[in-house]
Amino acid sequence: MWSFIHKLGSPPWFYRFSGQLIRWLLPIAITTCCVGAIWGLLFAPPDFRQGNSYRIIFIHVPAAVVALAGYYALAFAGLASLVWKIKMADTAMRAIAPVGAALTFIALVTGAIWGKPTWGAWWVWDARITSMLILLFLYLGVVALFEAYDNKAAAAKACAVLSLVGTVNIPIIYKSVDWWYSLHQPASIKFTGESAIDASMLYPLLVNIAAFYALFAVVVVLNMRAELMSTHRRSAWLRDLVGRS
Amino acid sequence: MPPNSAQYYSDQLRRHLRSGLRRPGDLLNPILFFLMVITLFPLGLGPSPEQLSALSAGLFWVVALLSNLTISGRLFAADYEDGSLEQLIMSPHSTALTALTEVAAHWLFSGVILAIVSPVFAAMLQMPTTAVGTLVVALLLGTLVLSLIGAIGAALTVGLHRGGTLLSLLVVPLYVPVLIFGVGAVNEAAQGRDPSSWLALLGALAAMGLVLAPVAMGVGIKIAVDR
Repeated sequence: MWSFIHKLGSPPWFYRFSGQLIRWLLPIAITTCCVGAIWGLLFAPPDFRQGNSYRIIFIHVPAAVVALAGYYALAFAGLASLVWKIKMADTAMRAIAPVGAALTFIALVTGAIWGKPTWGAWWVWDARITSMLILLFLYLGVVALFEAYDNKAAAAKACAVLSLVGTVNIPIIYKSVDWWYSLHQPASIKFTGESAIDASMLYPLLVNIAAFYALFAVVVVLNMRAELMSTHRRSAWLRDLVGRS
Repeated sequence: MPPNSAQYYSDQLRRHLRSGLRRPGDLLNPILFFLMVITLFPLGLGPSPEQLSALSAGLFWVVALLSNLTISGRLFAADYEDGSLEQLIMSPHSTALTALTEVAAHWLFSGVILAIVSPVFAAMLQMPTTAVGTLVVALLLGTLVLSLIGAIGAALTVGLHRGGTLLSLLVVPLYVPVLIFGVGAVNEAAQGRDPSSWLALLGALAAMGLVLAPVAMGVGIKIAVDR
């Protein structure tokens, strides 16, 4: 297994491997997205209180889940880059950061769209929404730092440090925002009240979460391949590979 | 450990302190900034004492955050521009600890001074007097963490164009826990309850920051100089 991970660090090997990976991962992603969408939109029952407007949950929750997981993937790539000096990890970081930021943004916007008919407000300063907004700033910071440096190797190191600092802080930020909210929470409505979700809605939700994970993997791998093509465009292995296909 | 480490770091600290004291008028700048912004809030929100008193803790900490943000940008800039940052890295002594001496001097001239003068501003914002002692302690701890976090951002962005706006984007998410714990402490004290759990959390942030932030600063400075 270690030799597999070691091989992933080599650009030509990774390029070939990712080509084969995409060949079966992309159909899986598309299939799960279609199944999830059709199941969630057509076959899941309408909610007792919210009617059909709750269905945006099938985009909102998966986006939020994958956005949060993505930040940890970013931090892990940063760790690999700083500690083990794996250059492929730099490519992974550049690929993950904008995708994660986009997913966080989607989660926030779909949340606002959901909030308007449900709670009557586009935006509410509750614990989870506020934490998600801070996650968006953390992602945007990484993206901006990448762009600010001219030397891309130095940029990757700086972003690795930043993502690790952010990772250490995420539990602290989340917990502090949680406590802040519980102090100021209006006594009347509990926005983050967890009602047990019924199986008929849970299963399509899980399928959609899996779909978003698969889609995230596909997009990140494609971004990495594009970056490899751009960085190594003069090298022989890439010319052979592209010339052959 | 290279020889004369303690001497080296105390020399560095003394150098930073001396350069900070070179123009004593500059020490007043954070205080003046604070005073001016504190004046704007009642003008914007209305002079009602009850409203100001209720908002005073939050306003105080937000202004402290902003004031720290504006001065953090210049933290390593002077040393970077005249090339002495490169010399500091090449010495056998730890870059992380050298950066920490710079942050220590910076904190003494911004956060500690703010904490000492804070009762005056607290009175201006109609903060209940029970909270003022807690405010001073919370500011001492909180501004230390803010200086450390600002220094991480400064180390990662030193010498970049538009480093200032980028710095804000980088450190504001990290400032949030300090803001929440600081305001929590002052509000508890304002209502006559015991703020020690919030102060303990601020202390924990300070302890963690003192250990981890210099490492991040050291790496950031090395990246900046290697560019």
